[in-house]
Amino acid sequence: MTAAIELVDVTKVYRRYSGRQFATLKSALLQRSILRDLRPSETFPALTGVSFTVPKGTTYGVIGRNGSGKSSALKLVAGITKPTSGRVNVEGRISALIELGAGFHPEISGRENVFINGIMLGLSKREIQERFDEIVDFAELREFIDAPVKTYSSGMYMRLGFAVAIHVDPDVLLVDEVLAVGDEGFTHKCLDKFSEFRRRGKTILLVTHSLNLVERFCDEALWLDAGRVQAVGDPKRVVGAYLTAVETGEEQLLAQTTARAVEDATAPIERPADPTSNMFSATEGRWGSREIEITDVTLVDGNGQPAHVFHTGEPLAIRLRLRAQQPNDDCVFGVGLFNAEGVCCYGTNTFIEEMPPASLSGEAEATFTIAALDMVEGTYKLDVAVHKRDGYPYDYHRLLYTFRVKSRTHDVGIYRPHHTWSFSPTVRFK
Amino acid sequence: MLSNLQSLIRHRGLISSLVARELKARYRGSVFGFLWSFINPLLLLIIYSFVFTKILPNNTPGVQPFAVFMFCGILPWNWFATSLSDAAGSLLAGGNLIKKVLFPAEVLPIVSVLANMVHFFLGLPILIAFLLVSRHYPDPSDLIWFPVAVIVQLIFSTALALMLAALTVHFRDIRDILANVLMLWFFATPIIYPWFQPNVQQFRWLFNINPFTHLAVSYQEILFFNGPLGHWKWLLALGVFSIALFLACYWLFDRLRDSFAEAV
Repeated sequence: MTAAIELVDVTKVYRRYSGRQFATLKSALLQRSILRDLRPSETFPALTGVSFTVPKGTTYGVIGRNGSGKSSALKLVAGITKPTSGRVNVEGRISALIELGAGFHPEISGRENVFINGIMLGLSKREIQERFDEIVDFAELREFIDAPVKTYSSGMYMRLGFAVAIHVDPDVLLVDEVLAVGDEGFTHKCLDKFSEFRRRGKTILLVTHSLNLVERFCDEALWLDAGRVQAVGDPKRVVGAYLTAVETGEEQLLAQTTARAVEDATAPIERPADPTSNMFSATEGRWGSREIEITDVTLVDGNGQPAHVFHTGEPLAIRLRLRAQQPNDDCVFGVGLFNAEGVCCYGTNTFIEEMPPASLSGEAEATFTIAALDMVEGTYKLDVAVHKRDGYPYDYHRLLYTFRVKSRTHDVGIYRPHHTWSFSPTVRFK
Repeated sequence: MLSNLQSLIRHRGLISSLVARELKARYRGSVFGFLWSFINPLLLLIIYSFVFTKILPNNTPGVQPFAVFMFCGILPWNWFATSLSDAAGSLLAGGNLIKKVLFPAEVLPIVSVLANMVHFFLGLPILIAFLLVSRHYPDPSDLIWFPVAVIVQLIFSTALALMLAALTVHFRDIRDILANVLMLWFFATPIIYPWFQPNVQQFRWLFNINPFTHLAVSYQEILFFNGPLGHWKWLLALGVFSIALFLACYWLFDRLRDSFAEAV
């Protein structure tokens, strides 16, 4: 199997154009001597020692966070930029779906732009003539093709750009996050076109955030992070590894957010006139007499580890650490879960659940355990409180704690009832 | 560099369609459209005629009507000056192409020069009409030199256009500097005064090192004055110089090429 695209130990360093970098002739002349001294601190490595090979005829996915170097890699493959060191080899004619309709001139008609764009992408006039109808039909712009491009909607613009680029009939197709150009129907058409490319043994290099697409579509995947290759190989495995890393990142971020929210809220604030009535107005904060204080709130996952990211169906426990200034025997513990829209998904307390008022003194701990987190994917906020039976708050933490629920099913709603499907034998699934 | 120069020939289809696009887009949406290419020089000529016969009459013998004489130099100068100022911004204006598409960057400044050349050609009929009306019938044997002058100017302008385009990417000041330099250059070239005036001859060496002097004088001799072109040696020398300059500027452009995608 021969390689269609080959990158060998490629490093790409961008110069950073900060304030100190020369931007004018004057400063360049004045600073010539110190220009060299500045250089090392003014560089930014977009890719470091990246090597990968895309065999001919495969569909290859590149995933990674924003700024991980995906697009830089694609530009190197396209030949738009040159590597700082290392080698980039590409076999055959390339077409890059990077910037659709780059080169369209707004004042002239779609028809003329198709010709000029086609020539820019390396077609001859005759080749465009032959494919013209196909291009226009693909873009679904038959009735607008003679209107100036400036009158097009952004979707029309992108569709025309896509249609021209895909009809260049390349051996290697580079795709950068362009499947979001049209409506559902157009996206399907694009995917069909990609499939056709695959069948004809062409190579596709796909940069995308749609992990689904990578899993479904790609023969192999590459995960870039901070300009380095993190994993290569089977798309399912690479996507899995990537998702795990993303969760770890989110975990840290949520931990920081929570810490900051709690810190901000420790400054005593005015207690709302009637805290029970504004249960559903989502303003974060902390109030109460602090006769009993919630000193720490920890979310714990199924393994007993503190966490901020959970999966649907997994257990979640909320552990409260409390300290009573004096022994106290009128004490109710409460918990509330809110989704990102501020809707209360669930709220309860020990009084509602008809437990007798608790008494406690000194240090104490209370844990609220959810055996299976039946919630849909999203970010949730947490209320925790300890108060009297009549609602007089000792310590009320309003929406201070954030956690994320992840799910591979993209169901919607406020919560996910535990459910099963069953069917009569006449219903069959393929 | 040589292989890039060869690929330039391969890109002639691209260049010609971009020039056509440039011209079409220029007047799209205006009522007179392409007529503007005739109207603009015509208006200019009328203004100059008025100023230099009524307000500031220039009665130097041998260059009458003065406005027509001036026009022989102004028309090529306009081609030159607008080419350079368009070219200087061409890479920045076409930033999308350079950053996102594999696109031969040198095409953009070349298109600027060629599109303005077409405007120059469209202005010529007006000039010729006025030459005929004022009974300045160009010598047919002289006219053979006209394409030579155009080609020399084309090479010279393209050389400078490439250099300016490449440098402007890194030093945006050039666009502003250029406007002033062109103004100075215009007055330093015998276009709105005949070069044989005694006070011009005083600074002869200064005019001789100005390349555009030789173009302007050649155009004036070919189109306006009778008799054979006396300036042909200078014109050919400038041609040789322009080719050398073109190679040097192209080399510079080629050196800077890889930085465009990042700096634009």
